Amino acid sequence: MAKEIYSRYPMVKYLRKEALPTALCPGCGGGTVLNAFANAIDQLRIDPKDLVVVSGIGCSAWIASPYFLADTLHTTHGRAIAFATGVKVGLPDKKVVVISGDGDLASIGGNHLIHAARRNIDITVILVNNMIYGMTGGQVAPTTPFGAKTTTTPYRNIEHPLQISETVAAAGASYVARWTTAHVYQLIESIKKALQVRGFSLVEVVSQCPVQFGRRNRMKEPAEMLRWFLKNSVPISKAKKMSPEELEGKFVIGEFVNRERPEFVSEINKLIEEVQEHFGLKGE
Amino acid sequence: MIIRGDEPEQIRLIKKLYKPGNYFMQGNEAVAYGAIFAGCRFYAGYPITPSSEIAETMARELPKLGGYYLQMEDEIGSIAAMVGASWTGLKVMTATAGPGFSLMQENLGYAVMTETPLVLVDVQRSGPSTGQATKGAQGDFFQARWGTHGDHPIVAVSPTSGQDAFWETIRAFNIAERLRTPVVMLFDGVLAHTRELVKIPDVEEVEIAYRKLPQNEGEAKLPFGDPHGDGIPPMPLFGHGYFTHVTGSTHKENGLRDVYTPEVHDRLVRRLHRKIEQNRHVYEKYEEHFTDDAEILVVSWGVTARPALGAVLKAREEGIKAGLFVPKTVHPFPGERMRALGKKVRAVLVPEMNLGQMILEVQRFVNDDVLLKGVNKIGGVPLTVKEILREIRGVA
Ligand SMILES: Cc1ncc(C[n+]2csc(CCOP(=O)(O)OP(=O)(O)O)c2C)c(N)n1
Ligand code: SF4
Repeated sequence: MAKEIYSRYPMVKYLRKEALPTALCPGCGGGTVLNAFANAIDQLRIDPKDLVVVSGIGCSAWIASPYFLADTLHTTHGRAIAFATGVKVGLPDKKVVVISGDGDLASIGGNHLIHAARRNIDITVILVNNMIYGMTGGQVAPTTPFGAKTTTTPYRNIEHPLQISETVAAAGASYVARWTTAHVYQLIESIKKALQVRGFSLVEVVSQCPVQFGRRNRMKEPAEMLRWFLKNSVPISKAKKMSPEELEGKFVIGEFVNRERPEFVSEINKLIEEVQEHFGLKGE
Repeated sequence: MIIRGDEPEQIRLIKKLYKPGNYFMQGNEAVAYGAIFAGCRFYAGYPITPSSEIAETMARELPKLGGYYLQMEDEIGSIAAMVGASWTGLKVMTATAGPGFSLMQENLGYAVMTETPLVLVDVQRSGPSTGQATKGAQGDFFQARWGTHGDHPIVAVSPTSGQDAFWETIRAFNIAERLRTPVVMLFDGVLAHTRELVKIPDVEEVEIAYRKLPQNEGEAKLPFGDPHGDGIPPMPLFGHGYFTHVTGSTHKENGLRDVYTPEVHDRLVRRLHRKIEQNRHVYEKYEEHFTDDAEILVVSWGVTARPALGAVLKAREEGIKAGLFVPKTVHPFPGERMRALGKKVRAVLVPEMNLGQMILEVQRFVNDDVLLKGVNKIGGVPLTVKEILREIRGVA
């Protein structure tokens, strides 16, 4: 089976073969995200030489680093976007992509996330929201649904989940979309759009962690989690007409924003031009 | 790319912008100009007293040189952005003070582990915590050495004046580039805000080092190898199609993570140490005054080395055979030289603006029969010539 995947799966050309097989559990949504990302890159015909992929710490951070064959920077927990900011300023012509988890990007890294959106720096973030801290053993995350059981909310979660896409859209990103791992084709389309937008883009993927989340919340099988996503997904157009009570526990999916705003790296380079012009420093 | 390939253009710009000559400037400004002359073209930081003028000078000057100033959301993001930029080939710097330095520690360790050149200036101020936020101190000697976690080497330099700050900043960059490692510069709030004469040289008199780049595909594929036996791997920069994988986790020579094999961790971390030990000539630096016949040796660093020199000169006038030893690279400590000097003297005095930090390093290298004494002062006011002289007389 594994042999077949390596020889027949066309996207394998984008993977670092010496790092395979992946360390993700069977049935983890991370595989779907990697697949969707590879397909988006393939469909856009982006040369991996023009890509730098950055991630933090967590299972989801492993999706692309080390498995995706590009320059990959596997950083400290929560800081991927800040590292990526430096990479993008240094390599403005490359596509800089961050792939990491909800705990990584929205909890410990929440500050960098909203400020990168505010700055509108041209980075694409694929945020894997599995509603749990997978790598550390299933503790509560800021995205864990109200009432859910985790290893640190053994009775029930009494906190409310952070709505990541809504927050990032409000902070000023150019493009924001949310899908689940049960919406693979929409996901690929959104990743493609995000990669082409000039500005900060976020694709939030609600993903299954059957091992740490599903098992404790009566969805041991990956398929059960996917059915849960499908049953509870509400398109954003419909959600606009629903009350907060009706939306409790639902996954609002679709595009939240798609707009043009001045982008950070273009602005910084424009500023440099202006300053050099002003002081008469332009080369002959 | 700014650091490589366009040196003539950078030299043209620097020549046009900064005429050689004497300037009256703050220590902080001297640090910023040193960085500019060294080729720093990326600064990411977060304001904190008494370091802020470094950021302000960089924000004003860098765009003129085609460089980037980024004010990040915090210090953690600042050093993270620097690491990212350094992997694209830029020379990078940040400046901060105690609390910000604490926030940077996790990623300082990341830079050590991933062998990322960067310069981190810590303008020491009085602590613990927010302490006396606007006052100078020398309390971060060991934060520089042991602030991050794990077994790790570190290089830290410390200037003694505004003029020295200019040159030590350049030296910090050169060490970072040559050894492919982060370098800490321990500055302090007193010198940072002292205005004094700083001579700006002709840019062509400044020696500038660049990191080693891979010479062939084989070297590029081993971003953490040791092809030259000097412990320093060539650095395959991002964006050149090498498909480099960089991780703060234990990795093999090819960059891929292996956290389970004890030998892999042992090999990597020992090489990081060996790289620093074996290349002492790249960074070791100290100053000596009247040490040839000294019977009483004053050992001091940073801002305190100045009143210490004053005190030694006065003591000499009084016929006391005092000498001064000033480590300019404070980590790794110049222990060999300290040991040699310690053998010739009766007493060693260590003045510092703290309750005794570098003295612990000195202690490791002097014999028990030598009288060793700290001269310590806290509260945000530097030691005076008088105060140090009094202690020299006391042991004379
Ligand atoms: C500073 C720091 N704090 C805590 C950790 C431990 N840690 C590792 S991964 C992780 C959570 C990962 O959660 P998430 O980003 O949601 O990824 P997942 O594993 O669920 O995909 C934590 C807390 C760490 N590595 N560094
Ligand atoms: S613990 Fe969960 S998130 Fe981590 S690999 Fe396993 S299924 Fe995926």
